[in-house]
Amino acid sequence: MALLSVRDLQVDFTTRNGRVTAVNKISFDVESGKITAIIGESGSGKSVACYSLLGLLPSPPASVECGTALFEGRDLLAMSEAQLREIRGRDIAMIFQDPMTCLNPYMTVGDQLVEPLVYHGKVSKAVARERALELLGEVGMREPAATIDQYPHQFSGGMRQRVMIAMALINEPKLLIADEPTTALDVTIQAQILKLVAELQHKRNIGVIFISHDLSVVADIADEIVVMEKGQLVERGDRAAIFERAQHPYTRKLLDAIPAGSKAVSSEARDDLITVSHLCTWFGQGRGREPLRAVDDVSFTIQRGEVLGLVGESGSGKSTIGRSLLRLVPITSGEVLFDGTDVTALEGVALKQMRRRMQMIFQDPYASLNPRMSVYDALAEPLLLHGIESRKTVEQGVLKLMDDVGLARAFVRKYPHEFSGGQRQRIAIGRALATRPEFVVADEPVSALDVTIQAQILDLMLELGREYGLTMLFVSHDLAVVRHIADRILVLYKGKVVEQGTGEALFERPQQEYTRQLLQSIPGRLLLA
Amino acid sequence: MSTVADSEAVLAEQGTSLWQDAWRRLRKNRLALFGLCVLVFFVLIAILTPWLAPYAHDAQDLDLGAAPPSAAHWLGTDIFGRDLLTQIMYGGRISLAVGFVATAVALVIGVTWGAVAGYVGGRVDAVMMRLVDILYALPFMIFIVLLMVVFGRNLLLLFLAIGAVEWLTMARIMRGQVQSLRQQEFVEAAISLGLSPATIVRRHLVPNALGPIIVYTTLTIPSVMLLEAFLSFLGLGVQPPATSWGLLISYGAETMEEYPWLLIFPGAALTLTLFALNFFGDGLRDALDVRGSGD
Repeated sequence: MALLSVRDLQVDFTTRNGRVTAVNKISFDVESGKITAIIGESGSGKSVACYSLLGLLPSPPASVECGTALFEGRDLLAMSEAQLREIRGRDIAMIFQDPMTCLNPYMTVGDQLVEPLVYHGKVSKAVARERALELLGEVGMREPAATIDQYPHQFSGGMRQRVMIAMALINEPKLLIADEPTTALDVTIQAQILKLVAELQHKRNIGVIFISHDLSVVADIADEIVVMEKGQLVERGDRAAIFERAQHPYTRKLLDAIPAGSKAVSSEARDDLITVSHLCTWFGQGRGREPLRAVDDVSFTIQRGEVLGLVGESGSGKSTIGRSLLRLVPITSGEVLFDGTDVTALEGVALKQMRRRMQMIFQDPYASLNPRMSVYDALAEPLLLHGIESRKTVEQGVLKLMDDVGLARAFVRKYPHEFSGGQRQRIAIGRALATRPEFVVADEPVSALDVTIQAQILDLMLELGREYGLTMLFVSHDLAVVRHIADRILVLYKGKVVEQGTGEALFERPQQEYTRQLLQSIPGRLLLA
Repeated sequence: MSTVADSEAVLAEQGTSLWQDAWRRLRKNRLALFGLCVLVFFVLIAILTPWLAPYAHDAQDLDLGAAPPSAAHWLGTDIFGRDLLTQIMYGGRISLAVGFVATAVALVIGVTWGAVAGYVGGRVDAVMMRLVDILYALPFMIFIVLLMVVFGRNLLLLFLAIGAVEWLTMARIMRGQVQSLRQQEFVEAAISLGLSPATIVRRHLVPNALGPIIVYTTLTIPSVMLLEAFLSFLGLGVQPPATSWGLLISYGAETMEEYPWLLIFPGAALTLTLFALNFFGDGLRDALDVRGSGD
């Protein structure tokens, strides 16, 4: 018998505009010792389905309309809150997407680990601490004894996610629900966490529900895959069936969205638009303290019309390079020539003129748009500021931009919060293109987006890049994405360039150990190769 | 919806600015609109008082003394036989003027000061905020008494003095808001568009900080009115025969056992104003928050 058997689960939300069915009659099983992946875009109901099993949805507005969820023969949906509390954390544990917000910043990691054990297991603190140390070792924490009394902010994202996993496992649960546990992490860290989850699940013979928007993430670990779209279960099957013989068009769309292949390299000789030599950007120097060398003696060139990819983990200085070129952070030393002009020396009007020619697209479309400005105002601002359109013609200019980035003109009066992440990123792209720039820095423009949306935005950027004749610096931690869009790739590690070359060269013949490591971290690379 | 003609109609009929949008949303909020109407009504009465008041503001009827409401004196009279309705109407002129002018002074100085300190940061911020700390530490009473002694008693000076004290908290709130907002990427985006610092503060930071500022403003207006009453009570503010709601209330409180109407009616005028202010303030905050459900 299956460990968890969900039948005809339906969850409705009561909103101001009536009832919305978030999860519509879905059924799936989770076996002990197997990983069941639930895949879908945001809004597909994949998280809602799992949260409803544990009674974690606020009710109202949410209500479980019908269905059963037999966990070891008992129906979770029929249980009282007190009974569920017994099961949550003890028999069924969860790990969440963002390990920073899920840990209490004012409690040491050790105290947080011990808490569920003391609460459910009724063991003494000393015994619980022993268990915690053991588990921290098991999830791959170096020197558990030294780190157990540290606070969450002292850990990196990957380490925090390990702590979360240890916390989930400490009561020896039989079922682990992992809600996008690697989405906030770098590719290399993601690979480690995925490996860890698979290992632990195998060793302890527990069932795992792995929720993700990205099919490639689960390509290496899932036994069974459930694909959801708009609350419906559209396809269900084992890994091979999904990846090799996907039936439903939506599943195929998800598969197609996984970035693959290199961009064709054009061989025409072009002049250098940007020459960066010996760029250093250090933070926090002075008063005898050792500065943080975010960017340390980096030199490269970008040809006119080229897309240069910049790859590295968080902390490698890749975003800082982009911001240094645009003079958004103060440069410590070095030279940045843009079309023959040294950008680092510009001030006042000359700087403003230069800013028109170089623009930026930011990672988080939720933070990069002023929430109190309508799309119209956001797009009109740069047009008017740089005199590209007059007051009379600005309306046409705004509508033209809306057309270019693929947004319906009727949305022009709406505010950012009324748009989805992908649409917001389109607005942000429109704003960057409004000044008719020659050069654009795209700082992880798709990493906050679902895979299917990612593919659309990447295509849009490539298309607009050609149309506007843009030169682009594309910053990302995701090699697969960069390979898809970039002509040439620069690999960055701890503020220094370790390797550069065309996408094909890097993928086929990586020279450096670090590059190889990055390549091996790409999820599902074997299946997709 | 997405045809060109439609969208152009949309463009034509709707306003461009945040304020026009806010007004559109505010109009749908009945309670806020009611608050606004009450406020406008009171202000109109205050302006027209010399023509509307049933009696002259210094007319006494010592023989009548304190009388309860009657047909001749709708709200009764005080111990000097002065018509209470007339007193409240004249008092409203002073109270509303103090409330709005002093708060406006505080708002302009506080928001500008806080925004500049928060946006520029570093040494400028340190100097500006230390100055605020110093002013905070100055005993308010001594400050006012000094002003009055040096410049003589003057109503305008009273407004300025109160405003000059109230802006300190406003500046701190604004600075905190701006400091957290300027970390956000949309500010960086604005910089990379080439906007000047002044424009960034005005167009991107201030509108996003308005929520707490409006709430604090609606709290400041009543507290300013009461402050004026306190000062007047001490003999530093308005003096009889001129009066204000605060003064009327404090005199009414002294005699509330014998002549309760002397407390009740001025108190009701102040309370109604405060209600109206709060409804309007809340409504305005919601209307300015584009994420609100008002649409």
